[in-house]
Amino acid sequence: METRAIDWWVGIFVLLGIAALVVLALRVGNLSGFAYDSGYVLHADFTNVGSLKTRSPVKIGGVTIGEVTHIGMNPKTYMANVTMRIEPSIKLPIDTGASIYTQGLLGEQYVAIQPGGMPQNFKSGATITLTQGAVNIDQMIGQMVFSKAAGSGKSSGNQ
Amino acid sequence: MAMLEFIPQLGRRTLQTVPGLGVASRFLLSSLLSVFNRHFSFQQLFRQIYGFGVRSLILMVVAAFFTGMVLGFQGYYALVRFGATSALGTLIALSLLRELGPVLTALLFAGRAGSALTAEISSMKATEQLSAMEMMAVNPLAWVVAPRLWAGIISVPILCAIFDLVGIFGGYLISVPVLGVDGGTFWAQMQSNVTFSGDILTGLFKALCFGVVVTWIAAWKGYTARPTAEGVGNATTLSVVTASLTVLGLDFILTALLFS
Repeated sequence: METRAIDWWVGIFVLLGIAALVVLALRVGNLSGFAYDSGYVLHADFTNVGSLKTRSPVKIGGVTIGEVTHIGMNPKTYMANVTMRIEPSIKLPIDTGASIYTQGLLGEQYVAIQPGGMPQNFKSGATITLTQGAVNIDQMIGQMVFSKAAGSGKSSGNQ
Repeated sequence: MAMLEFIPQLGRRTLQTVPGLGVASRFLLSSLLSVFNRHFSFQQLFRQIYGFGVRSLILMVVAAFFTGMVLGFQGYYALVRFGATSALGTLIALSLLRELGPVLTALLFAGRAGSALTAEISSMKATEQLSAMEMMAVNPLAWVVAPRLWAGIISVPILCAIFDLVGIFGGYLISVPVLGVDGGTFWAQMQSNVTFSGDILTGLFKALCFGVVVTWIAAWKGYTARPTAEGVGNATTLSVVTASLTVLGLDFILTALLFS
């Protein structure tokens, strides 16, 4: 085979490899997630973050508007401190609430934002105070079983 | 009596293997470093990348496509019982990026290119071409071995990236149009669970390691083959077997180190 044709083929081969890597990065690995780098930062303290992870989505009404960048522990209040980056075009009133919900029964957890109605908006670095932590299914089942047991105990006592 | 023979055998084997490994390492290093030798030619390197990489492309693409499609079917079968088919995209992507992509690429490469490399170098040795080069003061490591080693090391990660991409596409074709998994969920779940550095780059790093190991073994087996027709055949078989087993063993070690 001619040398020139080989050079061409090798060039195409290397370009194909680079193209594959770029597509993998953008389409599969979501490297475009750094779009939120320009966003502003909000904090929120939760009693329980469940299985929330960094890079979990932050949503309003199901639409993703940011992502969780850091999860830490507040040593004074013993609450889980979640740091989020929010898209700069979304301004949130200062009485906005945040909850941790689960997508479906087994899906991943995300931060759901309930916008408030106050005229002032959060500035970057502010902390959301109205929060509701993740629902602990174990605890819920425990309570249900306990109340069931208590209920049946009462009814058998009446007989 | 058998026991008594076994013990000196063990010693002899050890005495052969350990320095052998040292010599093989020196062979690898001096070949890789001979890019600075004046007998190293980039034209040769390109020729080898064409032979190893470009001409393996069709095999890799077909293998990746079918691997992805089977992963789609099999993953769906397992996940649909738990109503968790939304995780199918994640399952396919992570299996391919972390394990199947690098390992299958390396195994196919050992069969497709490694065997050819061993056969070529060992028959060059059998026909005394390597000795002839030394007679002419041409360094055979720089002229013959180095371009092939570098071509393997460059080709395998590229092939692996293409393998990953085609495999995921094959998985998508089965999951979404055929099995009816929601397309948006398929990609969204994949994107939120696959990280660029943790999964994609680590997988390619694995492929790079396999590329070094497979071409090293192939070149070394060829270089040390007995210069007979039988020796060439034995070396080629041994090259594929050793390279495949080493890839599988090394994959275990790398997975334990990188993903723990």
